[in-house]
Amino acid sequence: MEECLVEYFRTQMRTDPDMASAVAAIRTLLEFLRRDKGETILGLRESLKWATDCLTEVDSSVAVSSGGELFLRFISLTSLEHQDLSRCKKVMEERGELFLEKISLSRTKVAKLCHTFIKDGAKILTHSSSRVVLRVLEKAAAEKKRFTVYVTESQPDTAGKQMADALRRLNVPVTVVLDAAVGYVLEKVDLVIVGAEGVVESGGIINKIGTYQMAVCSKAHNKPFYVVAESFKFVRLYPLNQQDVPDRFKYKADTLRTVSDLSDEHPMIDYTPPSLITLLFTDLGVLTPSAVSDELIKLYL
Amino acid sequence: RGVPYQTVTLIHQSMVKRLPEHVQVDDPAVVKRLAKKLERQQIPLRSDYGYKVSLFSHLHQYSRKAPLTQLLSIPSTVIHPSIVRLGLQYSQGIVAGSNARSVALLHAFKQVIRDYTTPPNEELSRDLVNKLKPYISFLNQCRPLSASMGNAIKYIKKEISNIPSQCKEEEAKTKLLTCIDRYIEEKIVLAAKAISKYAIEKISDGDVILVYGYSSLVNNILCEAFEKSRKFRVIVVDSRPRLEGREALRRLVQRGISCTYVLISALSYILPEVSKVFLGAHALLANGYVMSRVGTSQIALVARTYNVPVLVCCETYKFCERVQTDSFVSNELDDPDDLMVTRKGKTQLENWQDVSSLGLLNLVYDVTPPDFVDLVITDLGMIPCTSVPVVLRVKNLDQ
Repeated sequence: MEECLVEYFRTQMRTDPDMASAVAAIRTLLEFLRRDKGETILGLRESLKWATDCLTEVDSSVAVSSGGELFLRFISLTSLEHQDLSRCKKVMEERGELFLEKISLSRTKVAKLCHTFIKDGAKILTHSSSRVVLRVLEKAAAEKKRFTVYVTESQPDTAGKQMADALRRLNVPVTVVLDAAVGYVLEKVDLVIVGAEGVVESGGIINKIGTYQMAVCSKAHNKPFYVVAESFKFVRLYPLNQQDVPDRFKYKADTLRTVSDLSDEHPMIDYTPPSLITLLFTDLGVLTPSAVSDELIKLYL
Repeated sequence: RGVPYQTVTLIHQSMVKRLPEHVQVDDPAVVKRLAKKLERQQIPLRSDYGYKVSLFSHLHQYSRKAPLTQLLSIPSTVIHPSIVRLGLQYSQGIVAGSNARSVALLHAFKQVIRDYTTPPNEELSRDLVNKLKPYISFLNQCRPLSASMGNAIKYIKKEISNIPSQCKEEEAKTKLLTCIDRYIEEKIVLAAKAISKYAIEKISDGDVILVYGYSSLVNNILCEAFEKSRKFRVIVVDSRPRLEGREALRRLVQRGISCTYVLISALSYILPEVSKVFLGAHALLANGYVMSRVGTSQIALVARTYNVPVLVCCETYKFCERVQTDSFVSNELDDPDDLMVTRKGKTQLENWQDVSSLGLLNLVYDVTPPDFVDLVITDLGMIPCTSVPVVLRVKNLDQ
């Protein structure tokens, strides 16, 4: 059962590399719901929770775990008072499809909100490779705006180079800079846009390692620091500092499985506190970091 | 000129909110109005004591040596004896701490309700509320009401007015008593359990936790965490003249938690060792400011400079709709004689009243801005300080 689930998830990721891992996870969960032969609603929820846990073992990013939890809440946030279990399941499936449809459109909504903040002639700094940021820049380029982009190389997986290739295909002038050169290049840029793997309750974000550094430097230079994220990335964590982020998000899933002493491993993500973020662009609207908690309370309570 | 004065004031009354009288003590008209009201309710007026520092002259300042009960006739026909006892306990500082005061108030009200009989031709729902008004004025004179007490009183008044008129007296009284018990159980006892559950997630092994003064909630959390075998040590910071930290220290050491004790003047010396700061709150205001014992904002400020996370623990029943940005507008002035200390047989400030240019200021509360607070732990979960109005909105929807 587990291998079937994981295989489906991997296939989804392979067929559409542009899709967010959380969306693939939600598609998998929906398929799991369709195929589930449970007898009770409670049993169904338990098996969905188990399925989400399985998926987090494959891909340990924050978005998969938050997306799974939000999916579960969304489909159960309706009256399940029907006598017949199959009717309840049908209702849940319909809501699941609705949820999936909503989040597939979320990147477009974010791009529509954010591209107006990119003025003609702007110089943008971004970190590593984010598909949401790419979509925003695509929209801005489609609106005939001229801008240049600086991308950090983002070790250890040099994901920044992929971002640079994608931007070159859009005919956007792009420069790849070293992670260590962020402070050097900041005086030339007008704004900083990054994606997020997770948005936490305080309004801060969890993203690829190096984001916190970039945020601190942009604060020191008084440059606006914008974050673009879809709403399914909102997660019920509240880290107080870097150490407080749970280990299961910091390292890749294979590392967590194979390595016993994590102090030698390098974390893949870091936490950026809300005081360093200017605005967050989500499909729920343009939010200040303090408004994120408001939205989270609405989503989760 | 053609519009009569009464109509003008009526229009204004609906738009302008009146300032509470306890922050307008320097306005003689307001004091006169208060004296008239107390005379009507047959409660003696407590007079202010000593020279008041000019910035705080709009607040009351009473002396502990002149309790209100000395001016009362015994037996008092107007005020229930358990309320008299409660008022004395408040003014002498025997019952202190916002949770303790609220619980004592609710227990006293339970006694009042038990001894209450509806007079003929009166309805319980209206008469009982009117009976409670002089008690509340009396308690206010003994010691200004805290925000938690204010919310508790609002709840009781609402419950009493919602009693249907056809309800029999015994039934109504039992109903009210169960309501009060449920309020205490839900908002204070169970809330403390929920808050401990969230707070324990934030305490990791090897932590050095700083606490200030005595907060029943923070003590509860630390004791629970210790029982769940978390390895941590505590630094208790204390300040004069109340020295409440000693009580906290006593209770923690009794459990076996290793503690250090410092006075607030040693704060910047001790902070580099600290990994987290846990603070209690007296009230959380609608703009996200935290009202707590004087000295709390100092701790939060210095902790922020050292990048130490500051966590405030507060139950939701202490959230109030008031907005305050500084500690001057609304505060409490305690007995200035508390600041006098006798060392080696000499009391330097003994005759402070004779020195015309000398004023003693004993503030009780101060207000901490939300930028210094990293996290607020409530029974609804962990929220940032700026989300207090969201919680208030959600609570109002529930009601």
